[in-house]
Amino acid sequence: MGLIDIARSKSPWILHFDAGACNGCDIELLACLTPVYDVERFGIINIGNPKHADVLLVTGTVNKRSARVLRNLYDQMPEPKAVVAIGACALSGGVFHQCYNILGGVDSVLPVDVYVPGCAPKPEAIIEGVVMALGKMQEREHARKRGAA
Amino acid sequence: MMAEYLAALAAVLVAPFIGGVLMGIDRIVSARLQSRQGPPLFQPFYDILKLFAKRRMAANTFQMISVSVYLASMVLSLALLFMGQDLLVLLFILALGNIMLILGGFSVKSPYSQLGSQREVIVLLAYEPLLVCMVVGTYIMTGSFSAASIFGLERPLALSMPAFVITQALVMAMKLHKSPFDVSASHHAHQELVRGIYTEFSGPQMAVIELAHLYELVLLLGFIALFWHTNLGIGIALALACYGAVIVLDNISARMTTRWMFGFTWSFGLALAAANLAALYATGPLPR
Ligand code: SF4
Repeated sequence: MGLIDIARSKSPWILHFDAGACNGCDIELLACLTPVYDVERFGIINIGNPKHADVLLVTGTVNKRSARVLRNLYDQMPEPKAVVAIGACALSGGVFHQCYNILGGVDSVLPVDVYVPGCAPKPEAIIEGVVMALGKMQEREHARKRGAA
Repeated sequence: MMAEYLAALAAVLVAPFIGGVLMGIDRIVSARLQSRQGPPLFQPFYDILKLFAKRRMAANTFQMISVSVYLASMVLSLALLFMGQDLLVLLFILALGNIMLILGGFSVKSPYSQLGSQREVIVLLAYEPLLVCMVVGTYIMTGSFSAASIFGLERPLALSMPAFVITQALVMAMKLHKSPFDVSASHHAHQELVRGIYTEFSGPQMAVIELAHLYELVLLLGFIALFWHTNLGIGIALALACYGAVIVLDNISARMTTRWMFGFTWSFGLALAAANLAALYATGPLPR
């Protein structure tokens, strides 16, 4: 593991997008930042700016309106990046999945790396999801390097 | 002359490490004040390394030029300070770097970046007179603008220019974008500005900016340490005390408006500076 890999795994800046959640998942996500869970211990910052973010956390179902915004945010993030879908809604559409305006889960628009199930998932599960996403991001980066070499 | 070059070279090489550790301490202290545990001490280094390793995604070529000049101006200013060179030249170079960063922010169409840059201009206008007044004060004391001439004085500057320790601390709070002066960009993007002037700088460009911030921090602390040149141990302690005060201020205050900041620095700050300058005029230069 090189210096860059260590730095990457210790400094994941996250971007949170609510594609159409009931707000339950968002509350759990924001709970991660509170003194009880304090994700800054792991260098995680909720950076709120796609151009600085490494991991995109999406909550809620994707509908016809939010799909465009979601795609736009994802495109603005510089590589290497990862996507985590949080909650039943973001996984499949959840309780909303048969609504007339719903496209489905996040993977109907973006390539998702980690699915965190639950309605709503616990903050611990969300943190674990971010950690797993970092692992996948590193793997992808290494595979790309090998491919280029 | 050789020794001065070596001192400057050493300062330029060591400064990022000192700055990074100090920023790490800042983040831990801030977290503790919010009853959190906070990140590891070396977090700023991880952040910068990671940002350097991200793939480039520039909105235009000027962005990279602007951040490079910004970094170069910080490095050069620090070197000039350690070589005991002209303080006025140092201030001009510092301002040049800041203006290049502002132009970089203006070069992108994003409204957040534009608004942040406009506000950064006002921040620059707010603190620049305080810096110039400080240099004028040292000129009255020593009859020269050079930093080296301060070391010819018998008494520490802080005893005859106490108000400027306070104004320097204010300048530090403004330049580091600490509350209540974080009007143009703040450390966390949860407001109408997103990340203000930094919004559109990504990956390696952001890494260059963060690196420049480390130099800037050491430079600002160096300015304050200069106020107790007779015993640099006390000078450094004074500088760190000011840094601690700025961190506490950051955590106990909310962000204010540009108008308030401008009014505050030009009334309170400049009044302090003027009173101190008047006292210096009355007593004249100190014996050497
Ligand atoms: S998964 Fe549950 S808590 Fe989360 S957004 Fe959907 S309905 Fe709300």
